[in-house]
Amino acid sequence: MQIYLPIAEVSVNLFTLLGLGGLVGLLSGMFGVGGGFLMTPLLFFIGIPPAVAVGTQANQIVASSFSGLLAHIQRRTVDFRMGLVLLSGGLVGSAMGVQLFKYLTALGQVELMVTLFYVVFLGAIGGLMFFESLRAIRATRGGKVPARKRHNWVHRMPLRMRFRVSNLYISVIPIIIIGVLVGVLAAVMGVGGGFIMLPAMIYILGMPTKVVVGTSLFQIIFVTAATSIMHAVENQTVDAMLALILLIGGVIGAQFGTRIGIRMKAEQLRILLAILVLVVSFKLAADLILTPSELYTLSEVN
Amino acid sequence: MRAVLVLLMMLATPSIGEEIVASMNQSQVSITADFQGSEIFIFGAVRRDEPLPDDASPLQVIIMVTGPVRTVIVRKKERRWGIWVNTESVQVDAAPSHYTIAATGPLDEILSATDQLRYNIGLDRLVRTVGEVNDTNDVPAFNEAVVRLRQRAGLYSEQDGLVDLQQETLFSTAIALPADLVEGDYTVRILLARDRTAIGVVDSVIAVRKAGLERWIYTMAHEQPLLYGILALLVALFAGWSASEIFRLFRR
Repeated sequence: MQIYLPIAEVSVNLFTLLGLGGLVGLLSGMFGVGGGFLMTPLLFFIGIPPAVAVGTQANQIVASSFSGLLAHIQRRTVDFRMGLVLLSGGLVGSAMGVQLFKYLTALGQVELMVTLFYVVFLGAIGGLMFFESLRAIRATRGGKVPARKRHNWVHRMPLRMRFRVSNLYISVIPIIIIGVLVGVLAAVMGVGGGFIMLPAMIYILGMPTKVVVGTSLFQIIFVTAATSIMHAVENQTVDAMLALILLIGGVIGAQFGTRIGIRMKAEQLRILLAILVLVVSFKLAADLILTPSELYTLSEVN
Repeated sequence: MRAVLVLLMMLATPSIGEEIVASMNQSQVSITADFQGSEIFIFGAVRRDEPLPDDASPLQVIIMVTGPVRTVIVRKKERRWGIWVNTESVQVDAAPSHYTIAATGPLDEILSATDQLRYNIGLDRLVRTVGEVNDTNDVPAFNEAVVRLRQRAGLYSEQDGLVDLQQETLFSTAIALPADLVEGDYTVRILLARDRTAIGVVDSVIAVRKAGLERWIYTMAHEQPLLYGILALLVALFAGWSASEIFRLFRR
């Protein structure tokens, strides 16, 4: 069954979209990330114009993250104070990102920039996570629990603040910088930034793993909500019809994903996520390097 | 919906007075959410004041449907620093979003190049670039790229022999409009030719409009962007909340 998308102005198969939403929802439920890094390239692939894919994606992440956040609030695993500090940086970053996106669109290089962002960030984070979880799996086999360094350069900077839920007393400067970076990425790549936020919170800020996912979701909702509204106002690229269909698939997929995720070990999940991230990154890198079959591309001017 | 549109137009012809009387099964196409594409049936007859002379060469009919013209930016990729980057670009001013041409025979055999040019017929003449804003010298290659890419996407097509002509008088064709339609006015041009010379032309319009929910979403996104953004957000939050509630019900 074909469905016509009013903003994208293309006709796509309803079940393809539902399936796509479901698949990404499944992975997002399993790993606790928004799944935007997968969804955006997949939307490009089925013929949604890049600008619409990025703008609409932000809106869809709000839904899946909100659903996840509510579950975490019930378990009291959200550090609201940390979330608010991250958020203050995130909103600034998001505004910068939308302007950057507009500028790149006018330049005609938005596709390249988004792909480069993906390759660099996915490659780096996927690689780091892969080796870290490999080490963790080896360590658990050896029967040792790896000790994590709790204090590094981040904790010695000025403007310190106490975060009770995370059990931390650290400077707000690195937190705000992380927030800004994730905000820019969210706007330019159309992702929530979970796959960057999660490792940054664990490895740089030293937050306990159990509050990381909920806190990251809390601030991602606000950043992506702001991004989504800015895309709607500045670029008119949010396709409500597309978002709604993706949501339905995503919500159903996330249900199954969470159940699969609960049965797996943390390191196993992390290494699977790392492999997934690396595969996406390699695929995009290959597209940049291999000779394309068609050298010309069209984009309409409104 | 199925309003019948009758068109009449006369064009002075050198020898015999021939006039096109044509109609389509619909003059309006509504794009709704479940729009699957549409088939336009175009038919008509040639009216003559006097019988055809015996030595008259066969009549030919060309029918074309042209979508609204939009400006398109064509970009070319080149390898820079080892990766493929968009480099040169051309702004193509006149590229219809859709183009289908059907005729009683191969275009070049039934109409002279001069008349093809005069009546704007054929894929080669479809895409034009005006203005000097381009940073490349090879504009024709960019115009050809538009035609090639849109042909591959099924937006442009040339169909020889798809117009059915009965006894030099009655003609008909069915033109398929794909599901990926762009909103706007689509021009239908019917052209009669004899001896590779155009002897009559008639134009009419099919109005393609988004309707219902599609119309509402599109209008709101452009006229009330802030409200639209907020509304889309509320829908997303509501969906997230209902998902979480359903999760809880399942857990019990």
